[in-house]
Amino acid sequence: MGVRLPPFQHLVDAHWRDVARLAHALAGPVDGDDVAQQAWTQALAAYPQLRSATNLRGWLLTITHRCAMDAHRGRARRAVLHHDPASLAATPPSVAAADATLPDTDLWRRVGALPDRQREAVVLKYVADLDHPTIATALGCSPAMSRRLVSDALATLRKDLP
Amino acid sequence: MNAPASQSSADPTDLFAGFDPATRPPTFEPSDVSYVVEDTPIGRMLLARNASGAMVASSFTPDTAAEDAVLERLSRAVSPRVLRMPSALDDVRHQLDDYLHGRLREFSVRTDLVLATDFQRVVLPRLAQSVHYGERSTYGQLATRIERPSAARAVGAALGANPLCVLLPCHRVVASSGALTGYAGGLAAKEYLLDLESGATPPGVG
Repeated sequence: MGVRLPPFQHLVDAHWRDVARLAHALAGPVDGDDVAQQAWTQALAAYPQLRSATNLRGWLLTITHRCAMDAHRGRARRAVLHHDPASLAATPPSVAAADATLPDTDLWRRVGALPDRQREAVVLKYVADLDHPTIATALGCSPAMSRRLVSDALATLRKDLP
Repeated sequence: MNAPASQSSADPTDLFAGFDPATRPPTFEPSDVSYVVEDTPIGRMLLARNASGAMVASSFTPDTAAEDAVLERLSRAVSPRVLRMPSALDDVRHQLDDYLHGRLREFSVRTDLVLATDFQRVVLPRLAQSVHYGERSTYGQLATRIERPSAARAVGAALGANPLCVLLPCHRVVASSGALTGYAGGLAAKEYLLDLESGATPPGVG
């Protein structure tokens, strides 16, 4: 009758590195671990009610994306209270703390400078290795729009690569 | 197929693929099922308990396939929230270690036969009540005790698939000839347990 869900530990063992990669790419090295942990806690809570076991990796990464967006909004809200709001627009969280920790700082700085939706789409595609239907679900858009966002982002990133 | 390294290093998609932040696995509180896989003197065993603390599995799992089979059964029968959580089983691991080294005769832990069949739910509690440390019984005697004297073979099958090995002492039941017959953990394990309980030979500590 119900879906046959694998033991949750199997999901953790198989996907924790991917969840951490996506969390760090979207939320930066400061919030990355918290976002990943939060995603796992939410996934565990919701797991028994899951209706389908066909794309568990996509489900986990979609939750991770949502937690990263929540962290982003929370941080922006806190920042607004303390800082000049104008300074926020230029520094999305994935870039703010990127400097020494991320492998190719130049790339990540330019990823951070992309429009939000393009940045999320290109990270979901190439860091999380998700297909367009899953990215579309995460972003709440159509798969065609997901393809557009990714190709626009890549075009910008390639523009002045060496 | 693959682009030369000099070109691929300039492709943002390859840089994304190589992104590897320093991080660690998530941590959890004990959930619906907590388990640990433990090397014991009688073999590799999977121990699992439910959210209320009752033991739901104590099984011989010589390889990962056997381990996965038990975890899948727990996922279906109890809850898919199955997590590896050694610290949640510390007390049972200590009791098991003490028992297997002759320092403990009876386990003080609750059991839940959620993985058992209806027939096992009759046989296994009766076994635990009636065949004590150091004693032996036969499949036929146990069949008689549950008022099914002709069911010796079914009793053998029920004990052979015991989901709570050692905790519910199916190793104390032997063939009417006295032969040890089968055991989920192998005959050497059964012999170790019977020798241990008889106190005849101090078990070899490995």
